[in-house]
Amino acid sequence: MRRVRAEILSVRKHGAYHTLTLVAPEIAERARPGQFVGVAPPPGGAALLRRHFFIHAASRRGGWAGTLEFAFDVRGPGTAWLAGARAHGAVDVIGPLGTGFAYPRRLSNCLLVGEGHGVAPLHFLAQELRARGKRVDMLVGAEGIEGVFEPIEAKRLAANIAIYTEDGSMGGRGRVADALPEAMDRWGTEVVYAAAPDATLRRVAQVCRERRIPAQVAVEGPMACGVGLCFACAVPILRRDGTGYDHLRACVEGPVFNARRVSWERWPWPGAEQAAAPEG
Amino acid sequence: MRDAGPTLEVDLAGLRLRSPVIAAAGCFGTGREHVGLVDASVLGAVVSRSVTLAPRRGSPPPRVAETPSGILWSVGLQNPGAAAFVDEELPRLARAAPVVVSVAGGSLEEYVAVAARVHAAPGVVAIEVALDLPDEELDRPSFCARPDRAAEVAGAVARLAHVPVFAKLPGFLPTLAETARACVRAGAHGLSIGGGLPGMAVDPARRRPALGAVTGWVSGPAVRPLAVRATFEVARELPEVPVMAGGGVSNGDEAVELLLAGAWAVQVGTAILVDPAAPATVAEGISAHLAAAGLRSPADLRGRLALPGEEGPG
Repeated sequence: MRRVRAEILSVRKHGAYHTLTLVAPEIAERARPGQFVGVAPPPGGAALLRRHFFIHAASRRGGWAGTLEFAFDVRGPGTAWLAGARAHGAVDVIGPLGTGFAYPRRLSNCLLVGEGHGVAPLHFLAQELRARGKRVDMLVGAEGIEGVFEPIEAKRLAANIAIYTEDGSMGGRGRVADALPEAMDRWGTEVVYAAAPDATLRRVAQVCRERRIPAQVAVEGPMACGVGLCFACAVPILRRDGTGYDHLRACVEGPVFNARRVSWERWPWPGAEQAAAPEG
Repeated sequence: MRDAGPTLEVDLAGLRLRSPVIAAAGCFGTGREHVGLVDASVLGAVVSRSVTLAPRRGSPPPRVAETPSGILWSVGLQNPGAAAFVDEELPRLARAAPVVVSVAGGSLEEYVAVAARVHAAPGVVAIEVALDLPDEELDRPSFCARPDRAAEVAGAVARLAHVPVFAKLPGFLPTLAETARACVRAGAHGLSIGGGLPGMAVDPARRRPALGAVTGWVSGPAVRPLAVRATFEVARELPEVPVMAGGGVSNGDEAVELLLAGAWAVQVGTAILVDPAAPATVAEGISAHLAAAGLRSPADLRGRLALPGEEGPG
């Protein structure tokens, strides 16, 4: 990982999201899908901790070589500040952080399941999987049309794609988790990758477990340092030998975990499984 | 250039450190993560995460929430246990800086057992006894709730350790000066003032606590005035006793505040989590302050606080 003061190339608003493009070759060259960056808030402001974002794109060659992109929706003082950042300004960035998605060696048919801003790292993943000769299908979800992350780009990247919105304003009406079993059958899915709110990840894990399909999930929860110093981003991960679970750091051992190893009744908070059930 | 300028070296009554800047407990990982991010050469020492005898899994998630002027956290002593700590973490920490091991426990026996395992290990220059922890043995909320109990634990560790022992006490303790004195009388070499303020936050939309552990600790800018006052009161009571103090320090001026209040060294914690270069910023800031004031070392700041009714230092 590197810490750099990176120049902002552009801040672009599209739908509910902002995409920030940075000139950060030291980070872009090493970045893998599923990894993230930590951006320092302005000193003396309302935000104290770094804000962490999945990497959406990292260009290693061509005219955009050395650039890095991440997308976010404004949810508090840190993201509001970033949304107001200007081109040619600078941000203090650490990255790439965490352990990204692993690529399948033999299996070919990959289904990428994303909801909200979780779709952003899946675009990066789709490119890398395609470069390795894998077939990429996508299930993309959001509350409404504004929240569907870059649908045109998703359609370009995926062999098969289905979009769902809760209000039916784009694609089918409903949630990606409900559409998952049928999509897996229809497209002959062999591997699943997911980045979405925890309730959706939990259901993706359940469906894949029942069907014995390997699944990797990128989790998101409160994080402090992002570089492994503080143990604030612990995720309960079941031991391989079935003797219980340990708390692993989302920022070092994650944020991507094998879906079968996450102790879903303890993530993202104690008793989450029961409480999440009525709402889905 | 260096010969002409002030030194950062400090002497905590026999414990000599190359700098008064110390990484606080729980803010330096396992000795692997700082590489390339934190310039450890500016650190006089690094305090390890708190170590118990057996491994502890720690608090359930979420473990951190941001509040307007500090972070609320509960890690719940997650650590691999004393044996694994000594074998795996300590050697890596020791390559970065001299190590102060934060010794924790739920009983007097556990503190003693942990201290016995760590005190003579290579790279360990001191022990910090984390006393603001639940006393499982006597079923009390904290070991430092009563001066005699704090002193009993600190004294037992001090009697067996071959390195200086610092009793860590929270600044909000109503009996702080009395407890500090009792710990020193029982054998503690020095004191460490710091740690978080008790705190809690609630997520109103979900109607649940922000932390999985329900309650936690606030650290960062919010606790700095408390740390300055606590340091001032302890140093006034026990001027000969070395005090390490921490609480929301992120730059040189904030460190100088604590040094003027009576600290012999300054711990940096939360600031490292946001800015891994914070220790360097603090060290450079102290140097600059000393140079501008014409002082030779951080120790020269101690006792320089101009109080009303007393003659200032000029």
